[in-house]
Amino acid sequence: MRFLLLKHYRGGPDNHHDVPPMDQWEPERVDDHMQSLRDISRMLEESGELVDAQALHEERVFVQYGGEGASPVTTDGPYPETSDLAAGWYMVDVESRERALEIAAIVSAGPDQHGEPMHEWIEVRQVYTDDGGVPTED
Amino acid sequence: MDDELLRGLVPQVIAILVRRGNDFATAEDAVQDALVEAVRTWPSTPPANPRAWLITVAQRRLIDVRRSEAARRRREEADADEPEPGPSEQADDTLLLLALCCHPTLTPASSIALTLRAVGGLTTAEIADAFLVPQATMAQRISRAKAAIRDVPLDRTGDLAVMLRVLYLVFHAGHRGKVDLAAEAVRLTRQLARASAEPEVRGLLALMLLHRARDAARWRDGRLVPLDRQDRSLWDTREIAAGVGLLQSALAKGRPGEYQLQAAIAALHDDAASWEETDWGQVLGWYDDLVALAGNPVARLGRLVAVAHVRGGGRALVELGELEEACAGLSQFHAVRGYLLELAGDRAAAAEACARAAGLTTSAPERDHLTRRAAELRSGQAQQPHE
Repeated sequence: MRFLLLKHYRGGPDNHHDVPPMDQWEPERVDDHMQSLRDISRMLEESGELVDAQALHEERVFVQYGGEGASPVTTDGPYPETSDLAAGWYMVDVESRERALEIAAIVSAGPDQHGEPMHEWIEVRQVYTDDGGVPTED
Repeated sequence: MDDELLRGLVPQVIAILVRRGNDFATAEDAVQDALVEAVRTWPSTPPANPRAWLITVAQRRLIDVRRSEAARRRREEADADEPEPGPSEQADDTLLLLALCCHPTLTPASSIALTLRAVGGLTTAEIADAFLVPQATMAQRISRAKAAIRDVPLDRTGDLAVMLRVLYLVFHAGHRGKVDLAAEAVRLTRQLARASAEPEVRGLLALMLLHRARDAARWRDGRLVPLDRQDRSLWDTREIAAGVGLLQSALAKGRPGEYQLQAAIAALHDDAASWEETDWGQVLGWYDDLVALAGNPVARLGRLVAVAHVRGGGRALVELGELEEACAGLSQFHAVRGYLLELAGDRAAAAEACARAAGLTTSAPERDHLTRRAAELRSGQAQQPHE
């Protein structure tokens, strides 16, 4: 079964503790955090569970159909500070929902500005399959 | 069987089939089928004559296709025996096919995909893997590109500037898949250099070699290392010598172009024992020529680093200010600004500029590097680059 593990720039439940922007950390702490991201990707590759991992640029624009012959309607904010902003994802193919949550917890434990677990909130969403589901006669 | 040899045969075989009266799209499909068959069967049963094998299998495939089309439209089989091409003709075949694959009506992404298949001899699966898209998507991109150039005749009147641009893009596409696209770009540019005496072709090849020579020093522990911090003992001196030789023979023709000028700048960096010992006066001279010729914002910004070392950081900052309106949306603008501010000793402002640059780039390794630079500058650890 596939799950999307979403990281966020902002949004979601209240933070466990405050984390300043990474350019304000000690450089070695930045390295440690980056290394943990690489380690997680390698772990998921080696366990055969990684489908995809991508990071999203912080800049965003909302687009809407503008009507016949008209240009698309766009808006690029400002959005409320609390609005949800995804930062990237891991797509994993795992044996169980429990395993997906376990991986999400590992991602969440990435080191913060003090080298302590960040306790970042990770959003976990199951991906629909396109098979025919479980036959009812079983 | 050497994989590179097999792939080098692909454009030749396509060109032979086209000369026998087949249209490009059909011939290219047939050769791709033969290539896939070759990859499958050659390891266990290698053919005595690889090219003849490819021609025979592709030809058989074409006949199958034609038979199935015969009911629809009658077409003569034009299998007149052509003499086997000699070396110069092989080089021409590369040029012919490259001109077609890089037709100006195609988008760069389409040209890249088609070039890698028809000239590079890669399979659709390999190209899809290299660009991280599903194989069906890549197959569709290639077939649409072929449809778009269906009526373009196979001749030598391609736009060389477009061909070079496509090869340059392949070189910089990176490699997360199994195929080393930079190596592939070098191989194709080398083939083109055999077919065309244009100095810009050699200039591009030189530029590629001079950049590739630094590959071993560009990454450390998964992190991007910028030129001013690279361990130059890791640079490939043979590759540098080859690049410099090519560049000199190109410049000797007295028709400089964008790639020759960029290569000249790269050569000066490759020649310097350290960042501080770079011949900045000469670098600036080439940058002046490059800006006069191309005038693109990235060249203008790169030039300011040289300006800072030759005429002082203050002067460079003034000139940077003049570019602000046009370039403030570019990550490079803020990265250069950060560098100049650091030279001037204003670390807080330099950190701010690096963080800004990190927010604008769309390259993850570059973002990580710039974020770390900002962190270093704020934590007071930063070394002056010219120390």
